[in-house]
Amino acid sequence: MAEPVGFFTDTTLCIGCKACEVACKEWNQLPNNPLEFRNSYDNTGQLDHANWRHVRFVETTTSNPDKPVAWSMMSDVCKHCANASCLEVCPTNAIIRTEYDTVFIQQDVCNGCRDCISACPYGVIGFNSNTGTAQKCTFCYDRLQNNLKPACATACPTQSIKFGPLAELRQTAAQRLSTLQAQGVSNASIYGDKEYGGLHAFFLITEKPEAYKLPATQSAVLPSRNNLPGYVGAVVTAIVAGIAGLIAFRRRGDAPPEAPPA
Amino acid sequence: MNEHFVAAPNWTWFILLYFFLAGLSGGSFVIGTLLRLFGTAADWAASRLAFLISFPLLILCPILLTLDLGKPLDFWHMLVNTGPDGGVSFKPWSPMSLGAWGLLLFGIFSFVMFVVALAEGNYVRWRAIEPAGRLLSHIAGMIFMVIGSVFGIFIAAYTGVLLAVSNQPVWSDTWSLGALFLASGLSGAAATVMLFTHRHREAVVTHSKLIEADRYFIILELVLIVLFLVGLGGLVSTVLGGGWIVLWIVVLIGTLIPLAMEWRPQLLGIRTASGPRGTTGAAAWSVERVSLIAPILVLLGVFALRAVIIFSAQA
Repeated sequence: MAEPVGFFTDTTLCIGCKACEVACKEWNQLPNNPLEFRNSYDNTGQLDHANWRHVRFVETTTSNPDKPVAWSMMSDVCKHCANASCLEVCPTNAIIRTEYDTVFIQQDVCNGCRDCISACPYGVIGFNSNTGTAQKCTFCYDRLQNNLKPACATACPTQSIKFGPLAELRQTAAQRLSTLQAQGVSNASIYGDKEYGGLHAFFLITEKPEAYKLPATQSAVLPSRNNLPGYVGAVVTAIVAGIAGLIAFRRRGDAPPEAPPA
Repeated sequence: MNEHFVAAPNWTWFILLYFFLAGLSGGSFVIGTLLRLFGTAADWAASRLAFLISFPLLILCPILLTLDLGKPLDFWHMLVNTGPDGGVSFKPWSPMSLGAWGLLLFGIFSFVMFVVALAEGNYVRWRAIEPAGRLLSHIAGMIFMVIGSVFGIFIAAYTGVLLAVSNQPVWSDTWSLGALFLASGLSGAAATVMLFTHRHREAVVTHSKLIEADRYFIILELVLIVLFLVGLGGLVSTVLGGGWIVLWIVVLIGTLIPLAMEWRPQLLGIRTASGPRGTTGAAAWSVERVSLIAPILVLLGVFALRAVIIFSAQA
């Protein structure tokens, strides 16, 4: 087992250049996005089968007339959760954990049921209608196997995306957080220490998680939480329905039992 | 209530039809069994019809599921792990995995009971299956039916649990979908059997019992609909808002009107437990009305309920 790896993405260093998106698309040979105008510099929109990195532009209006819009940029990616919702529900075992402790979809095993898409709380996974499979960031599994950094981290010009052993990255993030808070950035926080057992791609953010479309800690829950209540509800209903059937179908003395027709 | 930033799986018509048929197939099997366990020998004809309905409906289910896959030819990956680990694919905590195995096993029970019903009812006269017709006279047959019914209940209910075991808005915010789909599946199954017993000479005596059972199942379904909507809290506008209200109106028509029609069957011409045999004139027409219109409305309601839950959460 190789050492667990991770991404630490520091949103305070992101300048929205999208070099990570381009590097990801080039290395992984992902198709272009359709040309369309959006009311934002964010012309990628969301993570999906063809966008495994997405520079999210969090735009907020300010009261400063000289600077009416404030941006916070975040290069979003699959979180490679320690307790991954997609891996949990995948019925074919196509989604596995690699030797680097990352989450990987085996394209030859996936049959395109899309259960993982309904489960991923971050909206990471997309369905590729050409291959008929679910696709997402592979953490550049092929590059890792050849001792190369993932393409996005290699291309990032500001060191916003840091790649390395997960334990080291957690220390780096804690130090960076202390530095920022000492500099007066009191709203800085780390997202991904606790959620889903710890995310392998975690973030330093300066807004609430919801602003980056990241569920807050209390909302970061696994699909399997609904197994027990769901089945218990069905069993109780089955018992009630069985009693209803007994009442409706019971022998009422109006027709004595007979032999079945010959 | 959890926040949701999840993408939609784009489960649409194939899945809707599958959920609908799975409810009817599983429910029909359960009704067939309940009639055997609690009814008289006069109800056996209706029980046979229920088993004869269950299997053909079930046959369509894997076809629909396979068509919905991105790679239909790899449908068997649901059961066999083709990855490096090999072995079978069985994850009891994943309703889709459990459902794939459940469908396979229920298929065996449903098929056997289909053959037994064919033999017992003398619908076919193949010497090879004649002994199967006597199976139900034995305790082993009863045990077989009860075990099959457990799978039937599972098939009707797990589809709702499958939706809940996700992070989709609405679906994952309630515990009630499995229970609701089961109650509505049973109601739809009773309605489907009623459509056949309606004109079946031997089975018509069970018609009033099916109406009574359907009434209870509809009441159960209505209670669960209320629990479902109340439990959604602020998210209720997702399923009730916009054009979805039209489907809810169909759901209400498919529950309240049949309930009203079935509530006082004696006023509509069904005077005794032995059914409408012998009724004439206006009374017979009333029986006709209950026997045909009510089940069709119920089935429309069952379909609309699944449609609104599946589509609204993904819109």
